[in-house]
Amino acid sequence: MRERERIPSGCAVAGILSQSGQPVGGETIIQAMRVMHERSNGLGGGFAGYGIYPDFAALYAFHVLCDCKGSIDEVEAMLRKNFVVEHQETVPIWEHSPLRDHPEFMRYFLRPRESENEEELVVQTVMEINARIEGAYVISSGKNLGVFKGVGYPEDIGEFFRLDEYQGYCWIAHGRFPTNSVGWWGGAHPFNLLHFSVVHNGELSSYGINRRYLENFGYFCTLQTDTEVIAYLLDLLLRRHRVPPEALGTIFASPFWSQIETMSEPERSLYRAIRVTYGGALLNGPFSIIVGFEGGMLGLVDRIKLRPMVAAWNGDMFYLASEESAIREIAPELDRVCALRAGEVVMGRLKEGVLHGQEFAASRV
Amino acid sequence: MAKSLLLPEFKIERDSARCIACQVCARQCANAVHTYDETDDSLWSEEAQCVGCQRCVTLCPTGALEVRRRERGFRENANWEESFLYRLYKQAETGGIVLTGMGCDRPYPIYWDHLLLNASQVTNPSIDPLREPIEIRTFLGRKEAWLDVDWEHRSLKTVLAPQLELSLPVLFSAMSYGSISYNAFRSLAEAAREVGTLCNSGEGGLHPDFYALGGNIIVQVASGRFGVTPEYLQVARAIEIKIGQGAKPGIGGHLPGEKVTPEISRTRRIPVGSDAISPAPHHDIYSIEDLERLIFAIKETTNYQKPVSVKIAAVHNVAAIASGAVRAGADIIAIDGIRGGTGAAPQVIRDNVGIPAEIALAQVDERLRQEGIRHRASIVIAGGIRSSSDVIKAVALGADAVYIGTAALLALGCHLCQKCYTGRCNWGIATQDPILTKRLNPQIGKRRLVNLMRAWALEMKEILGGMGINAIESLRGNREQLRAVGLRREEAQLLGVKLAGEGW
Repeated sequence: MRERERIPSGCAVAGILSQSGQPVGGETIIQAMRVMHERSNGLGGGFAGYGIYPDFAALYAFHVLCDCKGSIDEVEAMLRKNFVVEHQETVPIWEHSPLRDHPEFMRYFLRPRESENEEELVVQTVMEINARIEGAYVISSGKNLGVFKGVGYPEDIGEFFRLDEYQGYCWIAHGRFPTNSVGWWGGAHPFNLLHFSVVHNGELSSYGINRRYLENFGYFCTLQTDTEVIAYLLDLLLRRHRVPPEALGTIFASPFWSQIETMSEPERSLYRAIRVTYGGALLNGPFSIIVGFEGGMLGLVDRIKLRPMVAAWNGDMFYLASEESAIREIAPELDRVCALRAGEVVMGRLKEGVLHGQEFAASRV
Repeated sequence: MAKSLLLPEFKIERDSARCIACQVCARQCANAVHTYDETDDSLWSEEAQCVGCQRCVTLCPTGALEVRRRERGFRENANWEESFLYRLYKQAETGGIVLTGMGCDRPYPIYWDHLLLNASQVTNPSIDPLREPIEIRTFLGRKEAWLDVDWEHRSLKTVLAPQLELSLPVLFSAMSYGSISYNAFRSLAEAAREVGTLCNSGEGGLHPDFYALGGNIIVQVASGRFGVTPEYLQVARAIEIKIGQGAKPGIGGHLPGEKVTPEISRTRRIPVGSDAISPAPHHDIYSIEDLERLIFAIKETTNYQKPVSVKIAAVHNVAAIASGAVRAGADIIAIDGIRGGTGAAPQVIRDNVGIPAEIALAQVDERLRQEGIRHRASIVIAGGIRSSSDVIKAVALGADAVYIGTAALLALGCHLCQKCYTGRCNWGIATQDPILTKRLNPQIGKRRLVNLMRAWALEMKEILGGMGINAIESLRGNREQLRAVGLRREEAQLLGVKLAGEGW
C-alpha cells in the first residue's frame, strides 16, 4: 500500500432494493456479483447492507478497519469522548477464507452523548479518526447499516464476511478492477458516511478539484481513491444542503449549457445557478454510481454516459447493475428493464413507487 | 555635446540589389531612421534611432531590409552584461530614471514552462471535441456556498450575486485610451463584444464613443480617478479598483502632457496638454478598511448590480492581501504577476519588483480555500499569459480566468520593441499621433483578436477533451492535472503540484 495515492478503477456494481421493506439475504447480492466476475480483477470487492442491525436500529453503527493492533485503543478513546458505546464486537469472519493478510474489523454501536447536531458529531469523529489515527479507518458510520469490504473478488469478500447471515432491505455491491496500483482493504468500495453509501464504476478526472472543494467544507480525503469524494459530496449535498436525492444528477452530471438554454423559467435560472455555484461538485470523467441511503437507492451515470448501468423492476423489487445478466441471475423474470441515460437519476424508495429519471436529462447517446 | 556612448542596438542591412528606393521605409518609420537622398536616389539609415520594431522590414515590398540585434562587441563579462552597461551609460548621460514599456524581460523562471498537462489513457476515455460538447463558459463574481431551492417547483430562492458571463476564460487586460490608441481600444472593445468576453478601460476613463460597448467593458477606478463619473460606473459591466500593476508594483503612473490630446482630455477629464499623474497609493486607501469603504461606495453607486474587482500586483504577501480584499467585499481578485505589461514604467521597478504570477496564483487560491472563502471571489490572473496552454495551466492552478494584455497587442501587430512610452509606436497601437494611429484599422484589429480567441478556445477544448474533462469547472483548481518538471520540490509544493512521474 502506498500512502496518499488514489486508485482509479473500472468495475462492476449492483444494487437491490426491496421497496416493500422485505428482508433480502446477503447471499442474493453475492450471487449477482458472481456473474460479473470478469469485471473485477480480485483487487477489491465490497458490500453495504441497509436494515441489517434491527436490534440496534437507533444507534450509529461504526465499522472500523484497523491495520495494526496498536491504534484501536486510540480509536476507542476518541469514540468514547463523544459517544456511549452500547455494544462492541469483532466483525465475524469466515476463519477458513482463502483471503490472506486482512486487517482487523471491529464494530461499535454508539449513542451520541449530546443529541444536538449528532450527525455533525458523527462526521467530525469519522474525519478525525481517518485523518489522525495511523492505520485505522471508519468505513461505515450510519444507523442500521454496515459496509463490508476488502481485497479480493466480491464473492470471496462476501463469504469472508459471512454475508449470508445478514438480512437487509437494501444492498449495494462493488467488484473492483483498479488499474494502476495494488488495492488495499480501506480503498475498496462502498464508501460510506452516515447513511450515504456509494459504489462507483469509473474514474473521476475532476477528483483534484472535488477534493479541494470538499476541504472548503471540512471534509478531508484519506482513503486514497477517487470514490471517497462522492461519499462526502453526498453528505454535503443531500444532508447539509438538503438537495433531494432525485435532483443529484443536476449537480453531479449537470446538463450542458446547450440543454439549459432550451429550458423555460424558472428551471433555466435554477440550472444556471446550480452550475455557477456547484462547479466544484460536478463529477467529470466516466462514472456509473449506485447510491444507498436511508430508505432508498439510486443510480446515476455521467454526463455523456461513458459507463454502463441497467435498471430493472419486478413487483416491489428494484435492481441496478452494470450488466443485465447480474439482475437476471437473481430475478429471471422482470417487469421492466431499461438502460440509464446520461445524467439521469433512477431511484427507488421504501413504500413508494419508482421515480424514473429526469425528463430534462436528455440522452446524448 | 559629446558623442553618446550608447551604441545602436540594431543593425540595419539594406540589400541594394533589392531596394527600389520606393521610400516605404522612410515614410513608415516614426523614429526617422530611414532618409531618402534625392541626389543619388538612395536610402540611408540612422541606426542609432532604430528600436527594432520591424515595421520597415515587414512593409518593404522587395524584402530588401533586415534589422538585427547588433553585437556590440563588449568584452564578455558575466557580471556586467550588456544591458547594465547600456542603462548605466544612459543614466550617466541623462541623470534620469530609465523608462521602458511592456513586461519584464529578465530570465526569471517561467513556471508555465515547467508544468505539464495530463491526458486520459484507457481507464478514462478522452473526449473528442468534434463529437461531444466541451464547455469553457466561465462566470466571474461572488458565488454562494449553497443554494436555497424550492425543489418541488424547481425554482431558485437564493438571489445570486451579479455574474460576468464569459464564453471562454480569457479577458482583455487593462489598457487605457492614452496608453493605447483609440483604434486599438476600439479593436479590443469590439472584439470583446463579438467573442463574448470583456475588455478593461484601464485607468484613463472611457471615451463616450465606447459607452455603447459598456456591456463588455470593465472600467477601472485607479489612484488618479481619471474619468470616474457616475455615468462611467453605470455604463460598465463591472468595476475594477486598481491598487497595483505587475509591471510597477508600488508606484503610480504618468501620462505625459503631450499625449493629452483634446479627445483624451475629454476622456480623462483633465485639461489638454496637462500631465496625468496617478499617485502611487490611492490617497483614500491607506488600509484594508479604507478599501472596504471604496468597494461599498462603488456598490452603493451601482445598486449592487455590478461585480467589483480589486486588482493587485503579485508581491510577497499576496495571499494575505488577497484574502483581506475578499473579506473587504471584492467579488473578483485580479492578480498581476511580475511579467505583466505596461505602457511605461521605470525599468528598475519593472525588472526587480514582484513575484511570478504562477506562484502568486497558487498561493492565493490555496489560502482562500484554507479560509473557506474561495467561493466569495473569482480569481483572474494576469502577467505573461502567452498561449492557450498557459490559460489551461492557470485554470488548473486555480484561476477562474486570465487577463491578456501583451498577447492581445501582439494580435494587433505589436512586435514587442518595448518603446510604448515614447508615443511613437509604428504599429499604431501605443501612440496618439494621428498619422500613426491610422495604421491600425479597428475592423481588422477586431478580426485578428476574434481569430486569436477562437483559436485559443479550440485549443483549450482539445486539451480538455484529452484530459476527459468536458466542463472547465472540473479543471479549475484541479492541480492533479498538472505535473512539474525541472523544479525543486519546494517550488512544486508552493505551486501545489506533484513532480512528473508521481501518479495519483
